[in-house]
Amino acid sequence: MKAILIAQKVKSGEIKATDVTKEYLRKISAKDEKINAFLEVFADSALKKAEEIDLKVAQGRPVGKLAGVPVAIKDNMLYKNHKMSCASKILENYISPYSATAVEKLLNEDAVIIGRTNMDEFAMGSSTENSAFKNTKNPLNEDYVPGGSSGGSAAAVAANMALISLGSDTGGSIRQPAAFCGVYGLKPTYGSVSRYGLAAFASSLDQIGCFTNNPEDLELAFSVISGHDKKDSTSLDAPQERKEFNIKTVKIGIPKEHFMDKIDAEIKKEFLSTVEKLKKLGADIIDISLPNTAYALATYYIIASSEASSNLGRYDGMRYGRTSKRADSLISSYKLSRGEGFGPEVKRRIMLGTYSLSAGYYDAYYIKAQKMRTLIKEDFKKAFKKADIILTPTTPTTAFKFQEKLKDPISMYLSDIFTIPASLAGVCAVSAPSKNKTENGLSIGMQFISNHFNEPTLFSVIGMLNNE
Amino acid sequence: MSDLQPVIGLEIHLQLKTKTKMFCACASGEQEASANSLICPVCTSQPGALPVINEKAVELGAKAALAINCNIEPYSIFARKNYFYPDLPKSYQISQFEKPLAQNGHIKIETPDGEKKIGIERAHLEEDAGKSLHAIGSKDLDYTLIDLNRAGIPLLEIVSAPDMNSPEEAYTYLAELKKTIQWLGVSNCDMEKGELRCDVNISLKPKEATELGKKVEIKNLNSFKAVKDSIFYEIARQTDIIKSGKIVLSDTRLWDDKEEETYSMRSKETANDYRYFPDPDLVSLKFSDEYASKIKNSLGELPQQKKTRFIEQYALNNYDANLLTANKNLSSYFEDCVKLGGEPKISANLIATELMGRLNADKLEIKDCPITPQYIAELAQLLKSGKISNTISKQVMDKIWEKPSSPKELIETSGMSQVSDENQIREWAKEALSKNPKAIEDFKNGNEKAIGPIMGMIMKKSKGKANPKITNSIIKALIQRLGDKSKS
Repeated sequence: MKAILIAQKVKSGEIKATDVTKEYLRKISAKDEKINAFLEVFADSALKKAEEIDLKVAQGRPVGKLAGVPVAIKDNMLYKNHKMSCASKILENYISPYSATAVEKLLNEDAVIIGRTNMDEFAMGSSTENSAFKNTKNPLNEDYVPGGSSGGSAAAVAANMALISLGSDTGGSIRQPAAFCGVYGLKPTYGSVSRYGLAAFASSLDQIGCFTNNPEDLELAFSVISGHDKKDSTSLDAPQERKEFNIKTVKIGIPKEHFMDKIDAEIKKEFLSTVEKLKKLGADIIDISLPNTAYALATYYIIASSEASSNLGRYDGMRYGRTSKRADSLISSYKLSRGEGFGPEVKRRIMLGTYSLSAGYYDAYYIKAQKMRTLIKEDFKKAFKKADIILTPTTPTTAFKFQEKLKDPISMYLSDIFTIPASLAGVCAVSAPSKNKTENGLSIGMQFISNHFNEPTLFSVIGMLNNE
Repeated sequence: MSDLQPVIGLEIHLQLKTKTKMFCACASGEQEASANSLICPVCTSQPGALPVINEKAVELGAKAALAINCNIEPYSIFARKNYFYPDLPKSYQISQFEKPLAQNGHIKIETPDGEKKIGIERAHLEEDAGKSLHAIGSKDLDYTLIDLNRAGIPLLEIVSAPDMNSPEEAYTYLAELKKTIQWLGVSNCDMEKGELRCDVNISLKPKEATELGKKVEIKNLNSFKAVKDSIFYEIARQTDIIKSGKIVLSDTRLWDDKEEETYSMRSKETANDYRYFPDPDLVSLKFSDEYASKIKNSLGELPQQKKTRFIEQYALNNYDANLLTANKNLSSYFEDCVKLGGEPKISANLIATELMGRLNADKLEIKDCPITPQYIAELAQLLKSGKISNTISKQVMDKIWEKPSSPKELIETSGMSQVSDENQIREWAKEALSKNPKAIEDFKNGNEKAIGPIMGMIMKKSKGKANPKITNSIIKALIQRLGDKSKS
């Protein structure tokens, strides 16, 4: 069932939020032993919230847009008095002293937060295998990874253990797992959702977004979590209203340079059939060019790692989080706490970022990457003068198997090659799942990218395709 | 070997007087608050917490920068200065690096060789760190406590050019800067409370050389005296090194107040690489010319401008003008006296000598002064008109200090006004002269000062009421006449 319907029925008193919550808690206990989407299920607080909602309905008081809707949150978002670990040993027993703005907004609209989901440690990875705690399986085929870093959130929705889940996307961490698990995943425009209370990976790229099983719920979830927050100076108000939409006036741009030779045959097939469908609906298909996106991956890893090296400095074992018991001096306390607490991928990126920001290398790496980022932004700006939407596959391959890419970071990084450019440009993008599955039962994701704060157009197009 | 010249620059940190911290809503600058009571997710650096710029801090920073003649940059950005230390919760300090708030200012100071312009290279905003309380001394107390109340308090760092060449110049620059900042109410500037912190950069070079020597930084200076003393010490230390043919190495040194010496803290060879980069959590600061001129107009008359005006408008001497512009309250007190009819120079003198002395003795500030400007103005008028002498004026001050009242009324009711009756004064003078034949002799032999003791006796006799001018001429006339008599 759609979240939007659940909320309506709870509101009207047709069903009870407690019943919905109990049903979803049952689903989780039935399925999650195998899937491992959740790091923790918040059964008690979820039921308590559901009771509050039911009471409000019984008393005739107004309830929110997400009344009784079970929502899962990625384990890098703070929910007051609940654990949040970023799937890292360094924060294994951390309890949030406050709630993220996005979480507050969910609660204000009477969502029931049902648990926190598995992820790559500190959102660094593309398979959720970098979690310090467990591997999450792809609900479509359990031999395969769910993608990452928001793999748990994608799997939770894909397995119908939650109707909406929040993820965070820095270079593709919502769109890529959405594609792998066969669900919708939105990376909103940078600044449209407050980052306050999202444990930072790369501040200039991080953006909270959502997963759902259908376009309507995606739009609903986005309308709840978006908007300016005075606690995040980089946040802005997003337009919520859908504009008048006519597919016949929509121009769909296909980047001519960047993918056909790099993608699996079945993805190519799905891509071409999506183009055909859009044509049939009356959209204008045009060629656009994003010449600098060839450098996007390198640019991304310099910028994201540089920011991460600074952002993760606070995990020093001094005020909270893991403190090594073996330390005998200040320096050894830093070294051991962080050495024991962080996993290999996190360490790799901290080292890369520290190096890029060091005296003597700053200009050659960080500054050069910033310049390239500006050029990539310019590419998008030009492209959006011609096109309303840019269409690419979300990923070059479908989901891969566990361990397949773990030993080879570069091949892992390449799975984000189509999602990273939009992240660098700060524009919005959505991954929509194919209706047909592959031989292995896996899904294919199509990425629709649109200009800053143009989410309404994305919702219109994916809604129309879904109804085909 | 040629003469060595010290080259000195100061780096000053001021805690800005805002209600809340630089990047969060926690109360700022509560010295008495118990440890870690003024903290929140932002200033303790919880995951996900984000900084938001305190506009008041930016305004105060801009005010201070404009008062020291800097240009407010149209575009400035916050940067992260990365290093690990337990009292730095984020493992980076939010500061400004490549694009500071303001640049290219100056402060004028007075030196024995006349006025000198000390350049200001930059003024930038940043946040304070927490406090480390080291409990070192015994094995049981081998730990450090962290108080984060201070973490995130807004600071303005003001970096001077290496334009000072003596401990006195550094001292005067610091005093002038402090005066201006306090004047604006931008910071309390109490060095003991850490509201004003000063690091010294110093090197020595042959007087005629243009190239600077290796820079030594002195930290841990908790008073104006320490700034001056440490520079003296460092000049002597570096002179010895150079004179013995060795080279001074770049160094960061700490001042030991008790031993009165500097000692090496760390060698710059192992200096931190702070990995500065623009803070992606914050937006850049953009200032229009209108904003800068609006702030500039809000500054009002600054102490140096006021001092110049006092000299020109009221014909005050440099000393009095300086003293009366030491702070805003004092200068308005003075101008109130003048407005109420007090002759400027007499009023200035009364404030500088009589009032300040009493205030200092009772540890009072001018704003707590029991005597109103009206009374000082009256006293100045009485002095000007010759109704009372300086001696009487002092007595009046003593009385109204104890029990504030109008000097005019006091003089009228207590009979304290000056005696100008020449017959009366002549009588007193005759009596005094008869007791002092030696003074008469001395005076006749050309010692003008010999008249002093005579004057003193008359004043004692008249309880200070004899008009000094008249008394003086009567004494002289009497001595003259005595001389004429003895000749005849």
